[in-house]
Amino acid sequence: MSLLDVRDLTVAYGRQVAVKGVSFTVERGEVVAVVGESGSGKTTTANAITGLHPASSGEILLNGVDIAGWSQRRLRSIRGHRIGLVPQDPSNSLNPVMKIGRQIGEILKIHNYGDRAGIRRRVIELLTRVGLDDPERRAGQYPHELSGGMRQRVLIAIAIALRPGLIIADEPTSALDVTVQRRILDLIDDLRNEYGTAVLLVTHDLGVAAARADRLVVMKDGLIEESGGVREVLAAPASPYTRRLFQDAPALTARPFKPFDAAAEPAIVVRDLVKEFGSFRAVDGVSFEVRRGTTHALVGESGSGKTTTARIVTRFTKATSGEVVIGGDPVGPRDFRRRVQLVYQNPYGSLDPRQTVAAIVEEPLRNFRLGDRTARRARVRELLERVALSETLLGRRPAELSGGQRQRVAIARALAVEPEVVVLDEAVSALDVTVQAQILTLLEELQRDLGLTYLFISHDLAVVRQISHTVSVMSKGRIVESGTTRQIFDSPQEDYTRELLAAVAEPVR
Amino acid sequence: MTKYLLKRAGQALLVLWAAFTAAYILLQAMPGDSILIKFQNPELGLSPEQIAKIREYYDAGGYLHTVLGFLHGDFGYSVDTGTPVVERLAEGLPETAKLATCAFVLAVLLAVLIAFGSAYSGRLRGLLLAVPSLFISVPAFWLGILLIQVFSFRLRLVPVIGGTELQQLVLPVLTLAVPISAPIAQVLARSIDQVLTQPFVPVVAAKGASRSWILWRHVARNALPPTLTVAGLVFGELIAGSVVTETVFGRSGIGRLTEQAVNAQDTPVLLAVVVLAATVFVLVNLLVDVLFPVLDPRLAT
Repeated sequence: MSLLDVRDLTVAYGRQVAVKGVSFTVERGEVVAVVGESGSGKTTTANAITGLHPASSGEILLNGVDIAGWSQRRLRSIRGHRIGLVPQDPSNSLNPVMKIGRQIGEILKIHNYGDRAGIRRRVIELLTRVGLDDPERRAGQYPHELSGGMRQRVLIAIAIALRPGLIIADEPTSALDVTVQRRILDLIDDLRNEYGTAVLLVTHDLGVAAARADRLVVMKDGLIEESGGVREVLAAPASPYTRRLFQDAPALTARPFKPFDAAAEPAIVVRDLVKEFGSFRAVDGVSFEVRRGTTHALVGESGSGKTTTARIVTRFTKATSGEVVIGGDPVGPRDFRRRVQLVYQNPYGSLDPRQTVAAIVEEPLRNFRLGDRTARRARVRELLERVALSETLLGRRPAELSGGQRQRVAIARALAVEPEVVVLDEAVSALDVTVQAQILTLLEELQRDLGLTYLFISHDLAVVRQISHTVSVMSKGRIVESGTTRQIFDSPQEDYTRELLAAVAEPVR
Repeated sequence: MTKYLLKRAGQALLVLWAAFTAAYILLQAMPGDSILIKFQNPELGLSPEQIAKIREYYDAGGYLHTVLGFLHGDFGYSVDTGTPVVERLAEGLPETAKLATCAFVLAVLLAVLIAFGSAYSGRLRGLLLAVPSLFISVPAFWLGILLIQVFSFRLRLVPVIGGTELQQLVLPVLTLAVPISAPIAQVLARSIDQVLTQPFVPVVAAKGASRSWILWRHVARNALPPTLTVAGLVFGELIAGSVVTETVFGRSGIGRLTEQAVNAQDTPVLLAVVVLAATVFVLVNLLVDVLFPVLDPRLAT
C-alpha cells in the first residue's frame, strides 16, 4: 500500500476544471516532484490533497483511506498531523504580528501535543533542528526580524513538528536566493532521511526537481504528460512537451558560450559607483564596462546591490559618488531617456492596467513627440511585429494577456524610441521556462538586428550563462569577480562565485 | 519611539490651537449680539451705560486673554445663565461621557458582530454586509423617535419618563451607536476579507486550525489597525450625535448644552464646547497612534 495514492483526481474552480483526472502515487520516504508551468494544475493538485481546495471527483488514499470526501472538520485532524505543508513564499507565509515561537507551538497546541512547558521545549528543539542559531531568542522574534531563508526554516519546523508521513512542499525555494535555496533543499533532504518522511515537491524548477526527486510527474493543462523515475525521464522523455520543457530549461541544457569581441567600443562605462542610504552602503565602488552590442550581466543575491546599480545606470536613483557614461559622452536628462530604456521584472505591474496595448507602446513616442498620429500608429504595428505579437492584440488590455505577451509588450515599449542601451532588471525571472526561452531568443534576435547593448540584472545564473557575453558577480555592494561568461563559469577565481555556481549546477542523482 | 510620540503630541497641540482659533474667529464673526438680545429687554430697564459695562465684563481682553484663560482652565462666564462655563460643562460632562462610552462600546460590538458574522457565514454574508449601508443611512433623530414609539409607547418596555438609570440609557445609546457602528463594521469586514487572502492563512489552515481559530487568533489582530483608525475618526461623530440624541430623549449633557448655547448665542459656552470636543478627539486619535506600533510590531522598528 502506497503512502499516498491519488486516483483520477479532478478539481474545479467553479466551471473551470484545473485538474482533469490525475493519478499518481507517493511511497514512504520517497521524493516525488510534480513539475509544470503556471496553470498546469500542480498547486491545485497539492491543495486538493490537503483538502484546502476540495476535489470534485476521484480518490485520495492516504495510507489506504480515501480522504477525498472528508469534511473540513475531519480533515483538520490529519492536516499538520499526517500531512505537513511547506509553502511557497516564506515572506508572506507567517503571520506578521505573531511571534515565531507561538506560530510553531500553535500546531502542537491544535493537535493537543502537551502542556505549555512541553510545547515550549519542543519548539526550541524544532528551531534547533532546522538550524536556527540562538533558538530561545528566535522564538521571541517576529517574522520581519528574520531573513527569507530563516523564515523558510521556521515553516519547515512547523511542517515537521508532528513528524507527518508526508510533506507537501509547494515551490519551497522559488522565492529564495540560490545559495539559501540549496541549504533549504539540503535540510529537507536531511529531515527526510532522518524521519523517513515522503516529500511531494511541487515546482516549476526542473533543475531542482532533477536534483532532488526520485520520481517526476510532469503536468500540463491539468493532465499528467509523463511520469516515471527521474533518470529515465531525463534520459529519454517520452512526451514531446517534456522534451521541450527540458530543452528550454537553461539549467539542464548547456548551450555554447557567446563569443566575446573585446575590440568593440564601450557603450556603458561605470566608474567607482557608490550609493549610500543613510550609513548603509548599498553600492560600494562598482566599476564595469559594457561593449556596444553585447550583454553584460550583473549577478548577485538579494541585497547584493545589483538592482540599485541598475537604478543608477537608468538614472532613477542618484549615485552618492562615481559616474556613469553612456555612449562615450554626457547626455542631458531628456535625451537620456531616449538612449537608455528599462524593462522591469514584473510584467504584471509594469503595464498600466487601464491602457490598451496600442496606447502603452505608443506612449513613449507621444512623450518624445515622435511623428504624427499615422506615423506613430505605423510604428506601433511595426514594433508589435518586431516582438512577434499579433496585431489583433492592439486593442487588448494587460489583464487579457499572458505573462509572456505582457513582457513582449514591455519590450516593444522600451524599443519604441530606438534606444542604444536596454537595462533588463530580472526581465525573465517571473516567466515560465518555455516562455522564458522564447523571450531570451527574442532578446538575442533584437540585439543582433538592432545592435542593442543590454545590461542584464539577474539572480539566475543559468539564464545569465545563456544570454550574456560578460558577467560581473556582485555581493554586498561590491563586484567580487568579473570577466567573460566563459571565464566566470569555467574557471571562477573567487570562492563566492564558486559557491553560487555550485548551488545551480546540481548533479542529477 | 519617544521621538515619534513627541512629534504626535506636538501635532495634537497644534490641532487643538487651530480648532480653538477657528472657533473663536467664527463665533466672533457671527451676526447678532447675544448681550443685546438678553439685556436690552425693556423689562430689565438697563441703561446703555450699564449694558456697555456688562459687555466689558464678558468680552474683556479679546483673543489673547481668552487663550490664557483657557490655559488656566478659566473658560469665562455663560451669557445665558451668568454662571461660570466650567460649572455648566461639569454638569453635562458625566452624563454625556456615560452615554458616549456606552454607545461607542455598543457600536464596536455591533461592528464586530456584523464583520465576523459575515466572515463565518456563507448564506447570511450578503445580508450582513448590507447592514452597514442601512445603518449609516438612518438619521439619528428619526431612529430616536422610532425607538421611543416602538419600545416606550407600543411595547411599554422602557418608560418615557423616569425609570432606572439603565432604562433611561438604553434607547439613547442605541440611537447613538447604530450610525457609528456602520463605518467601523464596513472597514473591519473589508480588512478581514483582505487578511483572509494573505498567504499565511492557508498555512495556518494546513496546521489543522479551524475557521474560528484562524479568524480569532490570526485574522483579528491583523485586521485591527485600519479598524482602529476609523474608530478614532468616528469618535468625532459621537460628539455631534449626542446633540441630536440628547435633544430627542430630553437628556441633560454636553449635546443639550450645545443646543441651548446655540439658541442663546452663548459664545463662551460654545467656544468651550468646541475646545472640549477637539481635546477628546485629539486625545483619542493620539491613543490610536500609540496603539499602532503595539498591535503591529513591524511599525515599532
